[in-house]
Amino acid sequence: MAPILQLKGITKQFPGILANDHIDLTLGKGEILALLGENGAGKTTLMNILYGLYQPDEGEILVNGEKVTIHSPTDAITSGIGMVHQHFMLIPVFTVTENVMLGSEPVKAGDFLDRKKTAQKINEISKQYNLEVNPDDYVKDLPVGVQQRVEIIKLLYRNAEILIFDEPTAVLTPQEADELFNIMRELTKQGKSIIFITHKLREVLEISNRIMVIRRGKVVGEADPKTADNKKLAEMMVGREVNLVVEKDIKKPGDVVLSVEDLVVADQFKNLVIDHISLDVHAGQILGVAGVQGNGQTELVEVVTGLHKAVSGKIAFKGKDITNCSPRVITEAGTAHVPEDRQADGLVLPFTVAENLVLCSYYQEPYAHGVVLQYDKILENAEKMIKDFDIRTPSPFVSVGTLSGGNQQKVIIARELSRPIELLVASQPTRGLDVGSIEYIHKRIVQKRDEGCAVLLISPELDEIIELSDRIAVMFRGKIIATVNADEVSKETLGLLMAGIIPEKGEIASKTEKVVEATF
Amino acid sequence: MAVSTTTIHHQKINEISSIRRYATGVIEILVAVFIYLAFTAKMASDTLTTFVMTPGGLDVGKMADLIVPTRITLIILSVFCLIIAGIQLIKGFGKLTNLMVGLVFLAFIFGFLSWQAAGKSLNLAGMLSSSVLLAVPITLGAFSGILCERAGVVNIAIEGMMLMAAMVSALMGSITHSIWLGLLFGIISALLLALLHGVLSIKYKINQIISGTVINIFSTGITAFISQKYLQVFQQLNNPPMFTRFEIPLLSKIPLIGPILFNTNFFVYLMFIILIILQIALFSTRWGLRMRSVGEHPKAADTLGINVIKTRYMAVLLGGLVAGIAGSFYILGSVGRFDEGMTAGKGFIGLAAMILGNYNPIGALGAGMLFGFADSLGSKLSLLGSVIPSTLMSTAPYLITMIVLAGFVGKGHVPAADGEPYNKE
Amino acid sequence: MKNNKNDKQDLGKVILNEITGEDPKSPKKKKSFWKKIEIPFLAIITGLLIGGILIGATSQSVYAGFAVSIWSGFAALGKEIGTAYFSLFTGSLGNPVTIIQALQSGNATDIRFALNPLLESLVKSTPYIFAGLACALAFRAGLFNIGVEGQLFIGAAAATYVGYAIKGLPSYIHMPLAILAGAAAGALWAIVPGLLKAWTGGHEVINCIMMNYIAYRLTTYLLTGPMTRPGGGGMPLSPMIEKSAYIPQFFQSPIRFHLGFFIALAFAVLVWWILFKTTWGLNLRTVGTNPRAAKYAGLNITKTIIVGMAMSGALAGLAGANEILAVNHSMAIGLSSGYGFDSIALALLGNSHPFGVVLAALLFGVLKNGATRMMVVSSIPIDIVTIIQALILIFIAAPAIIRAIFHLRSSKEDTAIVTLSSWGGGK
Repeated sequence: MAPILQLKGITKQFPGILANDHIDLTLGKGEILALLGENGAGKTTLMNILYGLYQPDEGEILVNGEKVTIHSPTDAITSGIGMVHQHFMLIPVFTVTENVMLGSEPVKAGDFLDRKKTAQKINEISKQYNLEVNPDDYVKDLPVGVQQRVEIIKLLYRNAEILIFDEPTAVLTPQEADELFNIMRELTKQGKSIIFITHKLREVLEISNRIMVIRRGKVVGEADPKTADNKKLAEMMVGREVNLVVEKDIKKPGDVVLSVEDLVVADQFKNLVIDHISLDVHAGQILGVAGVQGNGQTELVEVVTGLHKAVSGKIAFKGKDITNCSPRVITEAGTAHVPEDRQADGLVLPFTVAENLVLCSYYQEPYAHGVVLQYDKILENAEKMIKDFDIRTPSPFVSVGTLSGGNQQKVIIARELSRPIELLVASQPTRGLDVGSIEYIHKRIVQKRDEGCAVLLISPELDEIIELSDRIAVMFRGKIIATVNADEVSKETLGLLMAGIIPEKGEIASKTEKVVEATF
Repeated sequence: MAVSTTTIHHQKINEISSIRRYATGVIEILVAVFIYLAFTAKMASDTLTTFVMTPGGLDVGKMADLIVPTRITLIILSVFCLIIAGIQLIKGFGKLTNLMVGLVFLAFIFGFLSWQAAGKSLNLAGMLSSSVLLAVPITLGAFSGILCERAGVVNIAIEGMMLMAAMVSALMGSITHSIWLGLLFGIISALLLALLHGVLSIKYKINQIISGTVINIFSTGITAFISQKYLQVFQQLNNPPMFTRFEIPLLSKIPLIGPILFNTNFFVYLMFIILIILQIALFSTRWGLRMRSVGEHPKAADTLGINVIKTRYMAVLLGGLVAGIAGSFYILGSVGRFDEGMTAGKGFIGLAAMILGNYNPIGALGAGMLFGFADSLGSKLSLLGSVIPSTLMSTAPYLITMIVLAGFVGKGHVPAADGEPYNKE
Repeated sequence: MKNNKNDKQDLGKVILNEITGEDPKSPKKKKSFWKKIEIPFLAIITGLLIGGILIGATSQSVYAGFAVSIWSGFAALGKEIGTAYFSLFTGSLGNPVTIIQALQSGNATDIRFALNPLLESLVKSTPYIFAGLACALAFRAGLFNIGVEGQLFIGAAAATYVGYAIKGLPSYIHMPLAILAGAAAGALWAIVPGLLKAWTGGHEVINCIMMNYIAYRLTTYLLTGPMTRPGGGGMPLSPMIEKSAYIPQFFQSPIRFHLGFFIALAFAVLVWWILFKTTWGLNLRTVGTNPRAAKYAGLNITKTIIVGMAMSGALAGLAGANEILAVNHSMAIGLSSGYGFDSIALALLGNSHPFGVVLAALLFGVLKNGATRMMVVSSIPIDIVTIIQALILIFIAAPAIIRAIFHLRSSKEDTAIVTLSSWGGGK
């Protein structure tokens, strides 16, 4: 029998890069194939080609041994290919039913929507595959895990045979991820085939039947999850030996630099997003805040850095009350902030590298005398930063938007870390970066901590938190449900905590032997 | 890409709104005091205000005049506002706050009218009837906006489309001596401008506000050009036929409501027909679901096989059609002749009505009626010989638009992809 | 970024680089001169061409010509368009023959009169410079100031009031005072939508437009009421302003060329300096380009928006004040002929750069001055200029259309300066 899906020599050229270079891929029926590769390796491009969002320059696609041309997502759906996107393709203000039916709606009396019929079918599907969901709920009210279920139901509703999961666990807790894996197993049991795209080694080994590794647009090898090991896969992925563990001395923390007391925060719709939390960060200490995205971490950072107002509670920096001070006051007090979304918050993309490097200080001496900007000083600073932080840019004059993601982040890191600071707030500092940049940024953050700076680190990547932090606070639904020393807690315990399950007393400290199984 | 935070149990923080609660209460007290001090001062206790309850020149659906003693009415209104303010300050109305603010506002308007018309008679029914007529272009403009923006295209060119349609209706209606052809050509001209807006903003992805502004400039120029070149020179080219009043049997006999809603202009009926169609189509049909999906999350719609570009073109063209009807109304339903710049910003007020109506046709109708009432109030009062100069009174609709927008913007749901060009990559 | 180390460069090149936003030291290959101006140039030409077709299409003599034969039709068309544009350009730049004759005669009066059309174009350009600067500055701050028209009216009204109500001041105090009053009034009028945007998130476009209508009606009220000319019979007309408030004209009547033109140029330089050489300008541009990053960088967005609107409104007010103090010397209701919308066109045509705006304003001044002459000669309504401006604007905003018409290679560098948010309160 022909394999259900076959790609032959798929090539895609973007201006400047060869995203896919003659990629061959075979997927058998009922198989879970893991596509492993770094960010930017070309996995997503390949899948977008398969889903009709891009057209390949060369190569062909065969479904059930027959050649198909896929010019649009509609073609993909007709060929039985469906995709669960990394960023959900759901409309928050629509109900589950409306989201599922959109694009292939049953109608009656001409053009009137038959919502009942769809809801019925959703219920059938959810029974068959054990995907619990209420068709009448609005998507915006659903937890992320359930939203993902809706995405899967959307595909099954369209009778997809081949399901592509693009980084599906990025927004899930480890427990939710396990649940997803159960669903995936159930799907393959009932004859569906799955391509699973990820850069997380642990997951690949756990769920897949076969592993394919992609690097710089090329297939660099295949592996069997039963025999492969972490280190070897990592090297295949990155193309060189990787130092998986950040070298870090044990340090005794100094005085309290940042203290948050009984903080309450509401979002713009007056929903409670931070619910009476308290925490301290000491000099020379990295406090990692773990938690699934959207449990209040973003707001915590925004309130600490002055971007969002607190409802009540107190934030003190070196004993001085900075609650609801303006970002400028807080910055000038000696803090730095690496924002979560570097392009939206951290940089002005059309501005030059030199201007972005003084974004927080251009109004001060020496960059300005009075109101007059001193461009020669700004330029001097830029040239120094570019050298010190190894920013790869053709000149300080190019707009920062033309740099790669890693170099853009280096611009922010350079700007923030080069100032005399005593507190660094870093929110997802390595999101979407390649391994080289990740290593570099981790090193810089640890270096800052060793110099005696207090660091508040927020990341949904548990591995990053475990690797870097001295202490870990876990946030769940706006509360800090546990604060533990990083070397006294297991990953499993943290996972449970992230899901809001507080283990029995004594358990937190019991599983110390399993610590830091380094993956990324 | 910002990650939205999942709401936690929908727990609302209520203490924030306490300032708002007190501010509302204080404002309501001020209104009460103002009604008492400003309106009852120097008012003899035997002064009467007469409200005529049948629009002028109608025999069907008559209703007896309402005669009230002015001073006592005003005192009652003032006390009424005071009571609401008191409860607001002590207990708060919670969800009913806005309704109560509305009631106080109504009381204020009624007090204002009673004061202005003290010792005289005011045709209240006529005023309401003209409010409905004045609301037509605003509401239709809002419908046009809803059609475009629900699909994610900001359209500030509605004003220009209305102006163009008005000019063309006048010209073609005069040439062909046909109301229907006048209407048809008016609509076609607006459609052409809508097509231009579509090409500029959807195909060439230029900023939609700039595209709209360009069309407005173009429309101002070309209508003035043709008006000066032809319409003003040859009067017979600016003399189209008009729709006359059409009486709906039975319904028109209902007192007050009948004459206002069921014995009126063709365009009023058309407005209500469009309202019903739009309301149902938007929320109950496949067409509406797809259109809204394109305005909320075009990429999601695209991955499900919906043609985003086509849907947006269709929405903009339909918006142009409705704007064309709104423009033709000026000529064929209201004024009967084209003047330069005669739409006087009603297209923009229509956009405000759309925002105020929360992008819902029914809400837009309500908002349109509010603006229409403000407009009619201004013109009625200048007829009454008010102490406020008519030129100042005529700023009322614009002022009210700004005040209402300031109080409302940001509270409703704006289509998530509104104003963003779609890049298919 | 502009690198102002002491390179001695030819001024024209510097200005061109400024306008096109290109850094002279950037390692990128420099665009040729033609490449830089090809889109605006072709847009203007195409706009004029289509305008010509419209002139032809609405001309009886052309139809009469086509009725005879195709050739006489085309002849009539050519004649019609030719007459129209010839009268437009001689009306705005002067008749070359007359100029040469005047120069040969050496008679100073003759020379002045021969050059008058050109000088009059500069007079017409002056309010355009102010209004265009107003809009460009707002664009740079991410604000769509469509309310220039209203701010101009209010500025003019304030300048008029100061001009006639205060008597007995020396000229060197009275004139600047009246100018200042215009700027301040325009700024105040612009602050309202600025505040509404900053506080409530209400989009400035709708509020600005409402403010325009209110300004128009308010000035009508003022000019028929409190500020009306005694014995004016209730016409919307103000008293004449005092001579001491006049912005001086350089020559005798009827030549109206005045100091205001140079004040406008000075303001263009000032706006350029503020935008690109000071921290204020960088504040404005940061907020305008990426408000979230501006907030992150510690800028006070509310303050910046309000300051931006106020500066923009002040420039618009100056446009109004200039017209009153230098040209009209009293205020009538027909003061402005769509400067508000034109200012947007100017800002876009000038790439939101002060020097670009000056060039665009000179062009518009020429068009407008010439159109008056054209109206007299060919009885073509002056609104043809508005149509041509709209056409130019379309082509500037969507260069792809021009490229398609002239089969030009596409450039990757079409970056829009304007970044605008949508309606519903995206703060």
